[in-house]
Amino acid sequence: MSELTKLTISAARDAMRGGETTSREITEACITAIDGADALNAYCAKTPEKALAMANAADARIAAGDAPDMCGIPLGIKDLFCTEGVQSQAASNILGGFKPPYESSVTARLWNAGAVMLGKLNMDEFAMGSSNETSAYGPAISPWRSAGSNKDLTPGGSSGGSAIAVSADLCLAATGTDTGGSIRQPAAFTGIVGTKPTYGRCSRWGIVAFASSLDQAGPMTKSVRDAAIMLEAMCGEDPKDSTSAELPVPNFEAMLTGDIRGKTIGIPKEYRMDGMPDAIDGLWQAGREMLADAGAKIVDISLPHTKYALPAYYVIAPAEASSNLSRYDGVKYGHRADLTAADGITQMYEKTRAEGFGHEVQRRVMLGAYVLSAGFYDAYYVRAQKVRTLIKRDFEAVFNDGVDAILTPATPSAAFGIGDMADADPIQMYLNDVFTVTVNLAGLPGVSVPAGMTEDGLPLGLQIIGRPWEEGEMLNVAGVIESAARFDAKPQKWW
Amino acid sequence: MAIDIETARRAAHLARIEIEEERLPALAQELSAVLNFMEQLGEVDVDGVEPMTSVTPMALKQREDVVTDGGIQDKVLANAPEAREGFFAVPKVVE
Repeated sequence: MSELTKLTISAARDAMRGGETTSREITEACITAIDGADALNAYCAKTPEKALAMANAADARIAAGDAPDMCGIPLGIKDLFCTEGVQSQAASNILGGFKPPYESSVTARLWNAGAVMLGKLNMDEFAMGSSNETSAYGPAISPWRSAGSNKDLTPGGSSGGSAIAVSADLCLAATGTDTGGSIRQPAAFTGIVGTKPTYGRCSRWGIVAFASSLDQAGPMTKSVRDAAIMLEAMCGEDPKDSTSAELPVPNFEAMLTGDIRGKTIGIPKEYRMDGMPDAIDGLWQAGREMLADAGAKIVDISLPHTKYALPAYYVIAPAEASSNLSRYDGVKYGHRADLTAADGITQMYEKTRAEGFGHEVQRRVMLGAYVLSAGFYDAYYVRAQKVRTLIKRDFEAVFNDGVDAILTPATPSAAFGIGDMADADPIQMYLNDVFTVTVNLAGLPGVSVPAGMTEDGLPLGLQIIGRPWEEGEMLNVAGVIESAARFDAKPQKWW
Repeated sequence: MAIDIETARRAAHLARIEIEEERLPALAQELSAVLNFMEQLGEVDVDGVEPMTSVTPMALKQREDVVTDGGIQDKVLANAPEAREGFFAVPKVVE
């Protein structure tokens, strides 16, 4: 029975259609696994009754024939997605007790396709963080440990709970969101596949907003094939999100041919950072060889404004966050501070937000308010938006030169320990996103695929960056890495 | 650029977040570290570059100007910390 939780989406789909198992059996196995994994703190809300009811409905649909690919697949959902009647707090105390009376467009698509909801997953508060340590639910703990060590490691963030749930087999796949690397970095830290689609592929409606011009939802899965299957179910135009693309959604799975002969893969020289660990450099080199062996043409490219991506991001994302998070005022939903008779409306705002927001969120909201304030708007915000234009142009130039996809490391290191960054200045934590953040600024698709291990036995990922709207081709390249690297390590169960 | 305590207080006020006096010096230091990091943007030649307004070239969609939703007052108010007689309730706003 326990093996059922290890199934990929594609294997489960085929097994359910072939009558070898049922959604009910797989869902029950996942519920048992979840209940035995509280030490990982991955799930912040469990919805077993809902899951079993959805599984029964999925089984009936599969029996009737013609069920969609995602039918009967049990999923974990990042707490950032609003789910009707189920707590949705963005891992923040300011949304304490919030139960949305509506369903996010992406999760609604998944449920319409017959997928099953197991519960909500831990994350950094408002998706601001790279280690899942800013969560109001407390840190989520990676199932991975360094060889011979009992030290708790971070799963990365912000989609840390999603990464844990997939890698520890507490679901078949999970949703994530990615504003600067929040799907790809945790996927790399936990040995799973994390896909951020092109900006506009997935509707943002009903996903708690962080930085609206950067946020995208995407799948976190056990294989590249699963990423293709689940992404297709999540994508599509939505009248409720004016930035969602009016483009047909292709059958991404059908694009996984494994044939990349004649494709041109760019290797950006600016991603070779000073002090890059040998393990990362070696992995990157290995990935280059895997793609060359498969018949791709490897070219060195330059993305000259790469260095400025993180500083531009840390102007733009906090600016947008300060605007988006102004809605948490203690009036419409969530937490309101206890007030004295003398307190007016300003005290209500200030006390509520002081109590409800954690430290990192407060810092970013204040930073955003500052860079948008009179006298600094042009110097910081407008300049950052100009630099963002230049970063996008860097990518356009290499794509115009015939590059089909770009290969980079996913992260500058393997997973670090819980608390290791507590005394570092904020910039040290922000550097986790150095290879991923350019993709959000340019609105491109990116995928992290597990490709190797450190000497200590921790997973490492490679990132493939695709052309806009060419997630299928990007996943096909990722599939070549997956096949060549044969990454099949799993964390040893200690929890 | 270094942020002094007065500027940190102003940023907190702009963000409507109450910060205790004793936290202000550490906050000023943290904000300064991030702003110093942002200063690198000053090295970039941005003459004649348009600031990005949309990452994907797109015309903003329009729809018919008609009511598409409504009649859900109970749902709108369901999560309010304080609701009275069909309204959100807040402390006294005007004297």
